[in-house]
Amino acid sequence: MAQNLKVNGKDVTVEAEPGTPLLWVLREKLGLLGTKFGCGQGMCGACTVHIDGAAVRSCLMPVAAVSGEVTTIEGLSSDNSHPVQRAWIEADAPQCGYCQSGQIMACAAMLKARPQPTDADISAAMTNLCRCGTYGRIRKAVKLAIDLNSEEKA
Amino acid sequence: MKTDQETNNPVGLSRRFFVQSGAATVAGLVLGFHLPANPMRRAEAFAATGPTEGKAPQAAKLNTWLRIAPDGLITIYVAKSEMGQGIFTAMPMLIAEELEADWSRIQVEPAPSDAEFNYTGAPFEITGGSTSVRSTWEILQRIGATARHMLIAAAAKQWGVPAESCRAERGQIVHAASGRKAGFGELTAAAAALPADAIPKEPKLKAPSEYKLVGKPMKRLDTPAKVSGKPLFGIDVVVPEMRYAAVRHSPVFGGECSNFEALAKGMPAGTSLVKVTGGIVVVADSWFTAKTAAAGLDAKWTKGATTGLSSKDIEKKLRTAAGGKKLPVAASKGEPDKVLRTAKVKVEAEYSTPFLAHTPMEPLNCTAHVRPDGIELWVGTQSHTLTKMLVSMATKVPQEQVIVHTTYLGGGFGRRAENDVMLQAIEASKAVGKPVKLIWSREEDVQHDFYRPASLVKMRAGLGADGLPVAFTASIASPSIMQRWTMFGGLPKSGIDMTTIEGLADMKYECPNQHIAAAVVDTGVPVGFWRSVGSSHNAFYVESFIDELAHAAKQDPYKYRRALLEKSHPRFVKVLDTVARMAKWETPPAEGRHRGIAIAESFGSIVAEVAEVSVSADGQPTVHKVWVAVDCGRYVNPDTVIAQMESGVVYGLSAALRGQITLRNGRVEQSNFHDYTMLAPHEMPEVAVEIVESGEAPGGVGEPGTPPIAPAVTNALFAATGKRIRTLPISSHKLTGGKKS
Repeated sequence: MAQNLKVNGKDVTVEAEPGTPLLWVLREKLGLLGTKFGCGQGMCGACTVHIDGAAVRSCLMPVAAVSGEVTTIEGLSSDNSHPVQRAWIEADAPQCGYCQSGQIMACAAMLKARPQPTDADISAAMTNLCRCGTYGRIRKAVKLAIDLNSEEKA
Repeated sequence: MKTDQETNNPVGLSRRFFVQSGAATVAGLVLGFHLPANPMRRAEAFAATGPTEGKAPQAAKLNTWLRIAPDGLITIYVAKSEMGQGIFTAMPMLIAEELEADWSRIQVEPAPSDAEFNYTGAPFEITGGSTSVRSTWEILQRIGATARHMLIAAAAKQWGVPAESCRAERGQIVHAASGRKAGFGELTAAAAALPADAIPKEPKLKAPSEYKLVGKPMKRLDTPAKVSGKPLFGIDVVVPEMRYAAVRHSPVFGGECSNFEALAKGMPAGTSLVKVTGGIVVVADSWFTAKTAAAGLDAKWTKGATTGLSSKDIEKKLRTAAGGKKLPVAASKGEPDKVLRTAKVKVEAEYSTPFLAHTPMEPLNCTAHVRPDGIELWVGTQSHTLTKMLVSMATKVPQEQVIVHTTYLGGGFGRRAENDVMLQAIEASKAVGKPVKLIWSREEDVQHDFYRPASLVKMRAGLGADGLPVAFTASIASPSIMQRWTMFGGLPKSGIDMTTIEGLADMKYECPNQHIAAAVVDTGVPVGFWRSVGSSHNAFYVESFIDELAHAAKQDPYKYRRALLEKSHPRFVKVLDTVARMAKWETPPAEGRHRGIAIAESFGSIVAEVAEVSVSADGQPTVHKVWVAVDCGRYVNPDTVIAQMESGVVYGLSAALRGQITLRNGRVEQSNFHDYTMLAPHEMPEVAVEIVESGEAPGGVGEPGTPPIAPAVTNALFAATGKRIRTLPISSHKLTGGKKS
């Protein structure tokens, strides 16, 4: 069944069953491999993408139910220039790196909604799991990203 | 059959993964070393060089770990796996240091799975036991130093000056007297054309005081790729005509599908069913289709090794075994039984810990292509060479016809030392005649791991008049990890599995009379290496029990430990003192906060941790802060050491707080992150790490941060509540609201 989507600024049509989660359409049909499969139950956040700018766990989102524009990590920037990516590099946050696309997407969505988040906002937005335990560095990266993001806007 | 090195990148993965071919990389200095198998680590190295013929470093099938291209770009091939522990930065640092390379011109690629790339001359190279840096340190230095000597020789020859008058500096050879300079890239052709006797047999290594990279905090080389969303992991591999597959295992361990033929006949169009050991695999045109189809099958299963078994049964088995007479003896001195009979103060306790799953964030996967000319695999494995060996043994395809491409690993923790998923992917590809990417669901991962063994230990101690132990005995019962690993020697005749007793039988606390025994208990549950292996439970046992002894002796737990280490173990004392200073141990914590301390040596490093906790009125524990002092001897990248301590603490804390795999009716009860939970971001304690400088032989850092955290936390909870936690996880205990400090 043909599904129409807008992904990273492009209109695309893919053949997929309507119940197929967006995650697998992105990865297998569109070759956007930066979005990761972690638990398949919306618990870990490795599959986080944006739909109309808001963070969504794509492993539970049926492709037919997607109504807004999808942004994946590949759509954030083509050269790591997004303030969140720059912050992640500065903090040297990743270890194995597998969860980091989702972490970055969660942070980017938060900054879009709240450019000056409180600590409580950060805790509420940054709930993705990391088995390597990079939470401390992610926290540091988030703080850096807030600064870089506001500098960019200034 | 193409060799690994000739295989082009077919997958749209970043080019970093595969050796490039084409004119741009034709020439250059390729440095290969042949290390004879014996003696393994101190082999005479000699280099061979030659311009490459476009394809790759192929010079006489040498283990070509280093290539310098004419444009000065340096490629370092690493035959260990990067799973987050930072070796794709630390190992190149050792080469770049000696080479005097320009760090900004270094790139890293996984080495091919040819045995020639193994550092030690051993038949396979495994990434485990926190060994990558410490086992290759000297070899990497020699690779860098040899290349530096050759580039200097080439420049000196060109300029007609003595080699001694030239030096290497940040990617250039410099002749100070004449002011001449040449980049490494410009010299590669000349260096490659040097006669064999120009290759130094014993290249002079730098003095540590001359180091510019080693010992300095360096940013990871793989970070930019890891924040970009680039395909880096096994799960990201794409091969033309590839199909997707999902596995469904027998719910009980050791069961097999009993109605496979009937199920296979009824498969919907476009899908196929393949039988594999212990399960069935559905192959389809998308993973979600395959997974959904697998879940919908009315599969019937035979009985297996764990049919009817529950965790209570296992606990009973372990308890009976630990209480057995005449168990195999791991260590013994003095007359502990006799001394115990007369000791004034006796402490006895039984401790236990559960099975644990690894759950790396990247679900297990492997892409296999079985062809008439051999087998090609793309997989994140902790040992590409072992994978190659085992695949060859299982399929009877000669090793020369098996290619294993190693990707980055989305976490390993010991799980990716196993090769079950590779063999399943091979079966699936063979059955459908196409490349197949097999991905396990998280549920299959949680329920079909090779778990950290459950174990139970009975300990006794007698205290002397000064409160210090005069006798200590421990009897531990556990399934054996090594039994299955026949290629590592299996379970020795002594009946002692070293992984069961590490951190217990070699306990460093002074005690004149000791007896440590260990029993192997087979439960039918598969067990394997889990980050820090035996020390993951033994540090909990020893460090909790020593805490009990300190309290029985009415002594401070830090000073008690110190007194027992003071005489013979100065490095331990320094680490303990450091962590006590960091945590301000002598100063009482804030109201409602409580501290616990623990120290453990594992994988050549000594780590002490202090945890500060509180317990809410309704009994919920919170770990607020962890201080870590580590003596890992000489180290390469201090920032990696710190990151690995943080990581080890979190991994151990997840397990200590809530981690357990339990069995009911032969099957694992947990299935995903809702019931096998890891630490969540909001639970992350502040972690402060300090490296204790000892200058000693390098120790590991990937695992040693994990063992002390469980006892540091439970000792702190004892301080908070007066309740001694002797079984993990902590969540299985009802804590009463914390007492005031």
